[in-house]
Formats: sequence, C-alpha cells, structure tokens
Amino acid sequence: MSDQATLSDNDAGMITRVEELGYELKISQVMTTNVVTFSPDMTMLEALNLIQHHRISGAPVTMNGEVVGIVSTEDLIRALRDGRIDRKVSDYMSKNLITAKATDKVVEALRIFAKKNVGRLPILDENNKLVGLLTKGDITNGLLDALQRDYQAEEVKRYRASHLFEDIESDRTSLILRYRIIKDDFLHGGAASNHIKRALLRLGADRQVARRCGIAVYEAEMNLIIHTNNGGFLRVEIEPHKITMEAYDDGPGIDDVEKALTPGFSTASEEVRNKGFGAGMGLVNIRACVDEMTIKTSKESGTNLYMTIYLDKPKN
Amino acid sequence: MLALQTILDNIELKVLTDTVDFSEIEIHTGYTSDLLSCVMTGAQAECIWITLIANINVVAVASLLEIPAVIITENAQPDAATIARANQEGIVLLSTPVGSYQIVGRLWELGIKDTDPNK
Repeated sequence: MSDQATLSDNDAGMITRVEELGYELKISQVMTTNVVTFSPDMTMLEALNLIQHHRISGAPVTMNGEVVGIVSTEDLIRALRDGRIDRKVSDYMSKNLITAKATDKVVEALRIFAKKNVGRLPILDENNKLVGLLTKGDITNGLLDALQRDYQAEEVKRYRASHLFEDIESDRTSLILRYRIIKDDFLHGGAASNHIKRALLRLGADRQVARRCGIAVYEAEMNLIIHTNNGGFLRVEIEPHKITMEAYDDGPGIDDVEKALTPGFSTASEEVRNKGFGAGMGLVNIRACVDEMTIKTSKESGTNLYMTIYLDKPKN
Repeated sequence: MLALQTILDNIELKVLTDTVDFSEIEIHTGYTSDLLSCVMTGAQAECIWITLIANINVVAVASLLEIPAVIITENAQPDAATIARANQEGIVLLSTPVGSYQIVGRLWELGIKDTDPNK
C-alpha cells in the first residue's frame, strides 16, 4: 500500500511514457500472431483438447480466414455442465463479436477492454481476415517490451547523465571528451562529432545546442582529416554553462586566415571535392554555429581552433 | 508533411537499405546539394536530401543532422560499407537513374514544398 502512495519522479515520467506508447504502438506490434483457431464443425471436446494442449483460455472460431465466433473457457464449462461436450463448437461459441484492426493503435484496444467484458480480441486485417489475437496480457507485455527496448535504457542513462552536474560538488565541474582524428580517414569522418552530439543530448542539452555543436565539430573534424599533415585531436569540455570545443593539429598551419574565413574559398584538392567537401564553407559554418571562435595558427606549431557555445544565451 | 511510403508509392526509387516501415518515416521538407558543408547549414532535420554524392560521408552528415532519407541520383552507387553504415544509423538510402532536378520537381509536385521548420 505504501508502495503505491510514494511515486518517484522517475515513476511519474514512466506513466506518461506508457500512455504515450499506447498511442504510438500498433496492435500488430503487441498481438499474438500464431493464433490457435477452432472450426465451427469441431466438437467442444476437440476444442477442449486443443485448449489444454496449447495452454490457452479460449480461441476464435474461423471459416475461410474470417472470424465467425469465439470460444472461451466459460463456453466449455457450459457445454460440460449440460453434458453436451460432443456438440459442435458452433452451438456453444459466442457470436457477439468484438474485434479490432491490426493497424489500430493499442489505446483503441485498451478502450474496448475497459468498456466491454471480453478477455480477448480477435485482430483483423484490412480484408477482415484474422491475423492475430490480443489479450490484456499481450498489451502489458508489449508495453513493457517497448519501454525496455527503446526507451528505458536510454532514458535511465540520460536521467543519470543529465543529473551528473547536480550530483557532483566542486568549485568547477567539467566533463572532457577527447578524440584522435586520423589524416585521410574519410571512413570514420563524422564519427567523433556524432559521438559528441549524442553525449550532449544524453547530458540533457537542448536539441538546437547539440545540433550547433555537432555541425561545428563536424567541420573541424573534416578539416583535420583533409587539411593536416598528421591528423589531430578534438577536445570538448562540457560545463554547466558552456561548451568549449578545441581542434588542434601539428601543421601545416593556415597561410591566410582571412582568406580561409571567406565563404567559398577552399584549398581542397579535386579528389576531396569529388567526395563532397571543399565548399569553402567549413570555418564560415563554424563561425555561424558558435558564440566565439578563435584561430591560432603557425607553420611551426600547426593550428588551434577554439570554439565556445554559451548555454545560458541561446543563439538564433 | 508526407510519409516516406507515399513518396515511394509515387516516385520510382530503388531502396538500397533494409526494408523498414516507411509509413512511419515523416518527411517534412527537402534539401538538395552536393557540397556537404552546404548541407550542414541548409538542411533541416526530418528532410529528404537529394544528392549525387554516394560515399560514406553522406551517412555521417545525414546522421548528424537527423535526415531520415537520402535520394542518390543519376545511378551513383554507394559501396557496401556505406549501405551497412546507413542501416546501422537507421538512414534510408534510395537510388534513381534520373537527375536531382527531376527528383526535386517530382517531390515538389507531391507537396513537399515547405522549408520553414516552424510551419
């Protein structure tokens, strides 16, 4: 009893998600598909044998794929009580059919179960042929599976991650992500920026902020792949109020920074251009995405690109 | 907004990646360019991207920008690694022998016109 009285924030969030899932999931995703069916000409004894064999509590009665009735344990008990277990299924089946469509959302089935006194729903396709059977248990299992599959794991991680900064006490807390970027590794180009974007979303960052960081880091990452002597490193420092991104390499440095910042100016080779790069928009894009950008470059020590996004003042 | 399934019903496109429930994928707008940096700034999430580029960088950019589907035009062929990565990232790759211009025209006729994400 006291368990029900205390509802944590996490539980509350979960209930809403279950309700949402009811609207998202289709009946076809949670129903049982290998349906045991009876034929109307079968005897009730044969039906009873099937029920025992398959450990079910009832089944739809079909003729040419169409549902004509449904037999539950109650109907069997009636036949046994009457001592007429040798009679046909068509004599004892319930003909008052309540069905649902496979393409309907789960919430529709929940409404039917709430209103009508039925234990199972035959599920039909668009041609009214039987394609499945749905019980309340199927819905519970389906919802739990869905929660487990695509939500719970991610959400729990995210919940933990987004509370990371609150849970740790220090004078200044930050999380640093580092990635080594290899020269000419077009195969993995974008992997680091994708990881960074996902990390930010896990940490509860605004989607727009994560997108801006993703774009800025992607351009920096591709610059390291395309334009450096030996590749370089990406370093992202996440703090509660700002994200600092840094890309550094050991050469050859940028000849003319002002030119490099001109939209359309590119030093990319023909081969690189054929891959879709070299639009001459890399640094321009970065500057548009971040709040602050600084470039330090020299032939001797290579290029350091610093980018900062402040989380308390949204851009655009 | 159109379901990707509707696009596939109306425009002849070869699906290169695994078959999924295309009716669940919503396309809100479109974008076309063969320069990745331009796509970076110009393309919106949930758009369909029409391009001639067929290499693995397309998947990286689409994944980063949450672009659910890419139409690769003029029969440009992505390699197996690109298709595998697209499957992994849940991005649908489609192929057509016709050019980007024609495809954009067909999509426009189908009603994918809006480029304002707030509409």
